[in-house]
Amino acid sequence: MTTAAHPSSVVSEPTAEKWLRMYRCMQMIRHFEDRVNDLYLRALMPGLAHLYVGEEAVAVGICEALRPDDYITSTHRGHGHCLAKGAAPDRMFAELLGKEAGYCRGKGGSMHIADPDTGNLGANAIVGGSAGIATGAAFSAKHLGTGQVAVCFFGEGALGQGLLYETMNLASLWKLPVIYVCENNLYNEYTHFSETTAGDILARGKAFGIASESVDGQDVRAVHAVAARLIESARQGNGPALLLCNTYRYTGHHVGDISREYYRSKQEEQEWKTQRDPILLFAAWLTGQKIADSAALGQIESEVKAEMQAAVDFAIAAPYPALAEVEQDVYA
Amino acid sequence: MPETAQRELTFAQAVREALAEEMRRDTRVCILGEDVAEAGTPFKVLSGLVEEFGTNRVIDTPISEAGFTGVGVGAAMTGMRPVIDIMFGDFLTLTMDQLVNQAAKIHYMSGGKWKVPMVLRTTLGATRRSAAQHSQSLHAWVSHVPGLKVVMPSTPYDAKGLLKTAIRDENPVVFFEDKMMYKLKGPVPAEDYTIPLGVADVKRAGKDITLVATSSMVQVALGAADLLEKIGIAAEVVDPRTMWPLDEQTLIASAKKTSRVIVMDEGYGRYGVTGELASVISEGAFYSLEAPVKRMGAMHVPIPFSPPLEDLTVPTEQTVFEAARALCGKA
Repeated sequence: MTTAAHPSSVVSEPTAEKWLRMYRCMQMIRHFEDRVNDLYLRALMPGLAHLYVGEEAVAVGICEALRPDDYITSTHRGHGHCLAKGAAPDRMFAELLGKEAGYCRGKGGSMHIADPDTGNLGANAIVGGSAGIATGAAFSAKHLGTGQVAVCFFGEGALGQGLLYETMNLASLWKLPVIYVCENNLYNEYTHFSETTAGDILARGKAFGIASESVDGQDVRAVHAVAARLIESARQGNGPALLLCNTYRYTGHHVGDISREYYRSKQEEQEWKTQRDPILLFAAWLTGQKIADSAALGQIESEVKAEMQAAVDFAIAAPYPALAEVEQDVYA
Repeated sequence: MPETAQRELTFAQAVREALAEEMRRDTRVCILGEDVAEAGTPFKVLSGLVEEFGTNRVIDTPISEAGFTGVGVGAAMTGMRPVIDIMFGDFLTLTMDQLVNQAAKIHYMSGGKWKVPMVLRTTLGATRRSAAQHSQSLHAWVSHVPGLKVVMPSTPYDAKGLLKTAIRDENPVVFFEDKMMYKLKGPVPAEDYTIPLGVADVKRAGKDITLVATSSMVQVALGAADLLEKIGIAAEVVDPRTMWPLDEQTLIASAKKTSRVIVMDEGYGRYGVTGELASVISEGAFYSLEAPVKRMGAMHVPIPFSPPLEDLTVPTEQTVFEAARALCGKA
């Protein structure tokens, strides 16, 4: 196997600068979602949103292994993917509030953030609905010889959708550079995945001849390492991969899902938050390795919080689209 | 030997020529579908294309309509110009999420940033003795959805010109071909030409009654017009050619001229495109009409297999002739 085709993308051990960038991005997602919840509770946000809190290591670990021009497709729980791929928080908040300054001019909202500048083909509110789009982007990359890779993020709930298997079959047959990333946060909305998912998840990828691996989705370094390897393999023409990231959704299915005892215990949530938190685990490693001390990490968090406040302020002050926009962009 | 405008091609040949010309013009154009390569589809519409363009551009897929339609959406967004082949229009049902929730909405939902320049070719039409799951005309479903364009050619000339335009369009276009029309011959220029979407065509001029007909029904309307001529009724046949964009003005102008209108279409009558077309005409030409706009479509039944039953389900030259005669007060 050779890396000569795309020498700019050789896998290497991250530098301290890169680790700290990843830490900052995880904090940004955490605090972004905290502000989203706050906007909801204060009735400043129309509709609902599905928070990514607890799953930050997955988006950050994977997107750090991507080139800026690589593609992602995201999900209804997509803020983390969009931010990790490079979206600006102020335009994200503006979109969540339906403002013209948002990534989709306010027409998409929380579940449809899309941005060609960062390779974001769009978050998708149909569970599993983007498997075709991500696979199609990989088809283009192969046919146009661009060396790009597409990452298809989906939750374990999408394992019930046939489209996923149709496109995995196609991607394997055609050796397309697409990584199917299954974020198993344990719950299909309000139902534990064990009630909906038969057999072994990785066996589903293996059945198509797809490289299929699982990783601790709370360990950003582990996610990044396996993602970097699979992404580069796909980039070199070795075909698709399935990466199962075992993680946990700290909050409800959406911001309005407050009382959750009927489907999971508070004790379970507490154990994940205190023992398996991806940010705490990463912070402990960073300080243990003397890459940063706790004061430096605290400084990063303070800066991120201030940045999120400024982004929220921008979005609240931003104007709504003009009413005449309602019929704009139905057709290109 | 120099080609002339008098050259005749079948409808299938015209479709194939449009695809070949666009694939030569633009290397981003590719075809994905079941049995599109060496088999050239069961209707042989694509015969010869794989020999010229290779299996990298004329691509056989698994029997996964949703999957390869979805791949088409993603490929269209990222630099390709895919033409998706859905063998029977009945199988549109399997592509619906990719077409309706994804392709149609991506441009709008992204605030105009992403585009989906994809063509989905498929078929319609009954009387081929194919029974209920291979005979439907489901173009009303996609005509209902903002973000999609819907094209329904009725002649070889229109098929070539409209398909070339559809491939060059920046939006998802659903292109319906009548299976029974593939062998129909007509003049098709050998040179490059396109027909804009949203421009109706008067297939036959007349002053007494307007027959608005789509796709397979255009030939039926022309046949009925011949019968009507024999009893002194001059029928005008107007083909909208595209369900969306819709050339409302040509329909209304013809209705104002003749004052009597039958709208016919092979889709189901109930909640079908005839309802929309009749409404456009009624609203636009109300004070010029001598009679309510009459609608003729497929009967509201699953298409039956048994030939004498199947033949009852769609309008024919004779039923259109009788309806027109009655509408003109010559019953």
